[in-house]
Amino acid sequence: MAQQPAVERGTGAAVGARIGVITFPGTLDDRDAARAVRLAGATPVTLWHGDPDLHGVDAVVLPGGFSYGDYLRAGAIARFAPAMNAVVDAARGGLPVLGICNGFQMLTESHLLPGSMIKNDHLHFLCRDQGLRVENTATAWTSQFAAGEEIVIPLKNQDGQYVADERTLDELEAEGRVVFRYVGGNPNGSRRDIAGITNERGNVVGLMPHPEHAVEPGFGPDASAGPRSGLDGLRFFTSAISSLLATA
Amino acid sequence: MSTPANPDAIPTTDLPDLPDHAPDTVEDAAATLDRALPYRELGLKDDEYARIVELLGRRPTAAELAMYSVMWSEHCSYKSSKVHLGQFGDKTTPEMREHLLVGIGENAGVVDIGGGWAVTFKVESHNHPSYVEPYQGAATGVGGIVRDIISMGARPVAVMDQLRFGAVDHPDTARVVHGVVCGVGGYGNSLGLPNIGGETEFDPCYQGNPLVNALCVGVLRHDDIHLANASGVGNKVVLFGARTGGDGIGGASILASETFEGGVPAKRPSVQVGDPFMEKVLIECCLELFHGGLVEGIQDLGAAGISCATSELASNGDGGMHVDLENVLLRDPTLTAGEILMSESQERMMAVVTPENLEAFLAVTTKWDVETAVIGEVTGTGRLTIDHFGHRIVDVDPRTVAHEGPVYHRPFARPAWQDALVADAAEALPRPGTPAEVREQWLRLVASPNLASAAWITNQYDRYVQGNTALAMPDDAGVVRVDEATGLGVAIATDANGRFTKLDPYTGAQQALAEAYRNVATVGARPLAVTDCLNFGSPEDPDSMWQLVEAITGLADACRTLGVPVTGGNVSLYNGTGQPGRIDSSINPTPVVGVLGVLDDVAHATPSGWREEGLGVYLLGTTREELSGSEWARVVHDHLGGTPPVVDLAAERALGAILVTASRDDVAVAAHDLSTGGLAQALVDASVRFGVGVRIDLAGLLARDGVDLTSALFAESGARALVAVPLGSEVALADLCSARGFPVLRLGETTEEAEVAVVTPDGELTLALEELRAASATTLPHHFA
Repeated sequence: MAQQPAVERGTGAAVGARIGVITFPGTLDDRDAARAVRLAGATPVTLWHGDPDLHGVDAVVLPGGFSYGDYLRAGAIARFAPAMNAVVDAARGGLPVLGICNGFQMLTESHLLPGSMIKNDHLHFLCRDQGLRVENTATAWTSQFAAGEEIVIPLKNQDGQYVADERTLDELEAEGRVVFRYVGGNPNGSRRDIAGITNERGNVVGLMPHPEHAVEPGFGPDASAGPRSGLDGLRFFTSAISSLLATA
Repeated sequence: MSTPANPDAIPTTDLPDLPDHAPDTVEDAAATLDRALPYRELGLKDDEYARIVELLGRRPTAAELAMYSVMWSEHCSYKSSKVHLGQFGDKTTPEMREHLLVGIGENAGVVDIGGGWAVTFKVESHNHPSYVEPYQGAATGVGGIVRDIISMGARPVAVMDQLRFGAVDHPDTARVVHGVVCGVGGYGNSLGLPNIGGETEFDPCYQGNPLVNALCVGVLRHDDIHLANASGVGNKVVLFGARTGGDGIGGASILASETFEGGVPAKRPSVQVGDPFMEKVLIECCLELFHGGLVEGIQDLGAAGISCATSELASNGDGGMHVDLENVLLRDPTLTAGEILMSESQERMMAVVTPENLEAFLAVTTKWDVETAVIGEVTGTGRLTIDHFGHRIVDVDPRTVAHEGPVYHRPFARPAWQDALVADAAEALPRPGTPAEVREQWLRLVASPNLASAAWITNQYDRYVQGNTALAMPDDAGVVRVDEATGLGVAIATDANGRFTKLDPYTGAQQALAEAYRNVATVGARPLAVTDCLNFGSPEDPDSMWQLVEAITGLADACRTLGVPVTGGNVSLYNGTGQPGRIDSSINPTPVVGVLGVLDDVAHATPSGWREEGLGVYLLGTTREELSGSEWARVVHDHLGGTPPVVDLAAERALGAILVTASRDDVAVAAHDLSTGGLAQALVDASVRFGVGVRIDLAGLLARDGVDLTSALFAESGARALVAVPLGSEVALADLCSARGFPVLRLGETTEEAEVAVVTPDGELTLALEELRAASATTLPHHFA
């Protein structure tokens, strides 16, 4: 049941970067992620969970949602999708991969990133504009930020509490692999205020808040420039594009 | 099984006790004409049953009885309200139809918004199930209205929820609040639909009858409109989505049609269980089917399940329909034919598909892993026939099931208690004497449950998903972009004031429309169309029936005056558990009215708060001494009585035009309508929104309108709005108002100080924004977090 990608196979990285967005059953923010890719200047490529071929994309976004209803553990079924097997292989080969919310949960379930997400400590779904501190600007998805910069992007989830054993947490800290930390209040009880992390190589990044919802004036979080004018999410995608240029 | 409380009831609640392999067939029915059937326990009255026998010329089979009982319930047939609902159509002028592509009668109305785009929207109730099982009741309420929107061929793009709960401090309220809010959020969030607004009210009248209404709006191209009809002999009838199970059996006729009485076994709660994941997949699957041109007609399965879908599709088509019921995919193989027909299992759709398209249709449903069964086909017989393993168990004229149910002219009369209620005016209540007393009452209002911040609720809903939300709570209306290229979008606001409607149902319903209309105009959208959900008491109580008739008449009259047609909606009756004839026998009559407006560019949508100091703050409209039914009367005096604020629809129309122009031409940088809580609450909302203070002097208002300080701050007179204007635009605003002869008054300006400061003839009072924010933000978490 392979679905044709929306765009023809490209020639690899560089100008006109093609960034794939995978749709699983129950994915919700796939069209939003594709819009963010487009607004950042790259070409979004629609990928289907049942298709093991990544169609030569230069990077992959695993968007938010409730894949397979998340009736088991969030992301626990999605990790077995044919497309995810391809993502795991490609990520080990250095492909930039961004997991947002449910996508972050898929990355931990498929062991590309350590730890796990459990239900928020207050047990409710929470939607709010969330402050984050960028702790690592050396990843494929954060090079356009300044170290220590504070940004605001929307957070919306029910199972967003990041947990890992102490040794893993210490390792993440020691290796600088905590990429984002919550500021202005920990919204869900995540260990050490962790909002997002990366792998050793820095090509795979997962976070719970949604950068794809802070990319367009009028539709993002409230910011000093005006209501719903926050654009901090855009730089995730421009970072990826520039890292692709750098490695081309 | 316990003994029925009603001695007249037939002492069995089972359908005729025939095993599955020997169902009650049409042949059996003809041969055993005098066999007693438990029709009363299925909600049918004696004369209704007699009518079914007359229509069929024999007794119904068990399966037919099941179908008629659910389809002739109040919930499905509108038998008590139908004769009055006709006013909505009768009072719609050709001019009002200009933008209507599909009007009342389909799953939802469709409105042309220009550029080849159309929107469809509707609000519906799921009240009774949400009291029995708050989470699933609310969740499936969202699910049901979303499927109505899909059925029109539209992509759902947003939801809203209108909630009414019992007293905030009653021990049972938290159970209902938690379940309902989690249910609305759990289902809507999982569908990827932004929740862009709604209402929450707490009042003891809703203690045993919470109201859970849900609205969905969808977007489509003009060519994409799909209708619920089964045409073309030989076309296949396809059931797809979730399997059919034992949930919700009898829900339509029993839960929604009768008040709860202890000890009656037939009225067991039977609330459906939702699976939002299946619904999300179903949305995408249906959109792909529509896109491929693979669907001739489509209907969602909601109340009365297959009974409703088959009979409505067949009677809206040009022929008949035959169904082989054993082809329905079951979750529970022990279900009887009657149960399969009545089941309200969620996340199911029924489509009519040509034989040539069937293979392509199945390819799409297979891609989405959606189980699909061909269960029948369109025939030329004019009959709806249903076989179960070769036995003919249903043979009816589908119109008699779907459209020709009973119609009642229920008696109605102005309640005996109405005059005393109206005579007890709030204008006679003691008022605060000093600015200090005003300040104290003002703070109590800000912290009261119906004016306090609803963020504890709305933060449990995703307002970002789909990336098109331009405004959401706490702004006056929700605004979503429809066309990414041009910024074309829609605004929706819903309102209802049960207190005003209790005092005067005709006026109260008009106030609900006026406020929703005003809210939509406040963000800058041109109001286009209306949907309504009429939540009332028992139609068998002449008091409630009078409220319903008055409200429908008031709403229909006001729609005509404002030039906005009702495109669809829903009626929920039997919202009451008290003794008929008493003032507290049912809920405050609550006509929820939703207005949809269009914005050429949502980037121009006006927010409800001011963001900078030095803006001129203007009050548009006239303030009267109107305190009856107000939030001030409720909070300060626990009082409900008197006459609600007058409705001036000409003023509403003029104000709407001013607000739309002020937004479009960037004259106003913030605008907020005055409604519950009056000027006092509007000042607080607009200041707290972005943390910018305001300083006003009320002397001019008191002098011009001849009102006292209490009325100036707390009266809830209609056709008013607060507007913030930059220095350079103040003349433009004055011109806009004077051109229409509309009253406008400069109250003061936004300030550097983080406070709301009010100068009165008796002295000044100030409220720090931090104090206001704290008072407002802590109320709901205090009770529910």
